[in-house]
Amino acid sequence: MRFTKDHEWVELSGDIATIGISAYAANALGDVVFVETPEIGKAVKAGDGFAVVESVKAASDVYAPVSGEVVEANGALSDTPEMVNQDPEKDAWFAKVRVSDPAEVEALMDRDAYEAFLATL
Amino acid sequence: MADDLKSTVLHDAHVALGARMAPFASYNMPIQYPDGIMAEHKWVRENAGAFDVSHMGPFFLTLNARSGDHEADHAAIAAIAETLGPRDLTGLKPGQIRYTVLLNEDGCMIDDLMVARPLIPERAGMLYVVVNAGGKERDFSLFEAAAAGKATLTRADDRVLIAVQGPQAAAVVAEIFPEAAALGFMTLMRLEYEGEGVVISRSGYTGEDGFEILVMPGVALSFWNQLLSDPRVKPIGLGARDSLRLEAGLPLYGHDADETVSPIEAGLGMAVSPSRRRKGDFPGAARIERELSGGLTRVRAGLLVEGAPAREGAEIADASGAVVGIVTSGGFSPSLGRPIAMGFVPPALTEPGTKLSVIVRGKAQAATVTAMPFVPHRYYRKALETV
Repeated sequence: MRFTKDHEWVELSGDIATIGISAYAANALGDVVFVETPEIGKAVKAGDGFAVVESVKAASDVYAPVSGEVVEANGALSDTPEMVNQDPEKDAWFAKVRVSDPAEVEALMDRDAYEAFLATL
Repeated sequence: MADDLKSTVLHDAHVALGARMAPFASYNMPIQYPDGIMAEHKWVRENAGAFDVSHMGPFFLTLNARSGDHEADHAAIAAIAETLGPRDLTGLKPGQIRYTVLLNEDGCMIDDLMVARPLIPERAGMLYVVVNAGGKERDFSLFEAAAAGKATLTRADDRVLIAVQGPQAAAVVAEIFPEAAALGFMTLMRLEYEGEGVVISRSGYTGEDGFEILVMPGVALSFWNQLLSDPRVKPIGLGARDSLRLEAGLPLYGHDADETVSPIEAGLGMAVSPSRRRKGDFPGAARIERELSGGLTRVRAGLLVEGAPAREGAEIADASGAVVGIVTSGGFSPSLGRPIAMGFVPPALTEPGTKLSVIVRGKAQAATVTAMPFVPHRYYRKALETV
C-alpha cells in the first residue's frame, strides 16, 4: 500500500489501483456522514479532486493519487458512510482506477515513509 | 495570528481532556473532544453536556445614580438598553431574561443577545447582558455610548461561562445548586460557589433544558471538574454546539444573521415587542414596520435536504430551477440522521412541504421546506410569560 501527502492510499493489483483515505485522515475528519464517489468511466489525473467526503462539520476533497480511468466505485459508502471511520484502509475503499502509468504508484510513500511523514505534522 | 489568540481559563483542562482546539472568534476553543461531534451531540440530547462558552461577552450595566425606587431604577437602566433594539426591556420582571437584538439604522442586526434583570430587588438599576463573542468589543462600545455617562459597563468576560445542557442538566445542577431547581426557562438568580458569586440562568442554545453559569475565574476549574465528575455529564465542544443549535432551528449570528439581515427576515419577530413597534422608537424602525406590514422579501426557512449536506453559501432554487435564495447554515443532523439546512427564501415559498432544491457542487438536490425547530425544544417552562 502506498500513500500520498494528502492522505489517500493506493493498493495496486495488476493495472487496477484501489484508492481510499488513510486511517489518519478518517480520524482527522471525524464522523463521516456522506461520501461522493467518482462516476465510472471518468478519466482522472493525479492530483485532481475525484471524490468528496463530508463530516458533520465540513466537506473535504479527496484527490486522485494516480492517473487513469475509474472502473468501479464503492456503492456501499452511500448507504453506510460511517464505514470510512470503521475500516478506512480496507472495506471503505472509494474507487478503483485502471492506471495509465504504474510508475506513479511507485513514486508514492510506502507505509514507513508515510508514518514518518505523519510524525512531522 | 496564533499569537493573538486568547484562551479561556479552562484551556489547559480542555487540552488535558484531549480536545481538538481551533480558533473561534479570536479565542482558542475546544471544537470537539475524543468522542467526536456525533457522539457529543447525541449525549447532550440524552444526558447532559458541559460547554465552555467563555469567549462570549457577558457584562453588567449599572445605573450610576440609583433612586432606591426599584421600579424607577429598573426603568431608567432599561431605557438606556432599549435605545439599541426593538424589544421591551422595561417590562422585565425581577429575575427575567429576554432575547433581543441590536439594530443599525437600516433595521439590520448588529448582534443578538440576552438581557436580564437581577432577581434581588435591591439590585434593580442593573442589567446582566450576554452578547456574542465575535462583535463583543463593539457591542460594549455601543452600550457605553448609549449609557452616556448615566450608567457604567462592567465587563465580565474575564470570568468563565459554562453551559450545562440536556435532559439531565437540571438533576446535575441541582446537586450543586439546589436553589436553581426553582428557575424556569429564561430566568436567573445569583448564587455562590466556594464563596464566590455565580450568575445562573436557565437558558441555552441547544433546544434542551439547561443552564448557563457565570463563575469567577478562581473557582472555575473546580466547578468544571465537579460538573465532569458527574457520570451524566460529558464535555462538549463547539462543533456539537453548532449542530445542536441548527437542529433547534436557532440562528447563529455571523451566519444566519448579520448587518444586512433584519430580525424579521431572520425569523426573530419575537424580538420586536408590540409596544415598541407602536412607538417605532428604535434604529431602523421604518424597515421593521414595512416588513411586518407585508413588505418582506425573504425570510429564514428550514430545509430537509436529500443527498449531500448543503453548507453555508449553497444556492436554493425553486421547482423551475430559478435561484431564489441561499443556505445560511447547513450540515448533518445527528438526531435525524440526515442533512438539514436553513436559509433565506421568498415568503411565498415558506409553506412546509414546498419542494425546492439546493445546489451542491453544481448539482441540484431535492430539498423540502419544513417547520423549525427540526428537533422539538424541551425547555423547562414555568408560568412566567414573556412578551
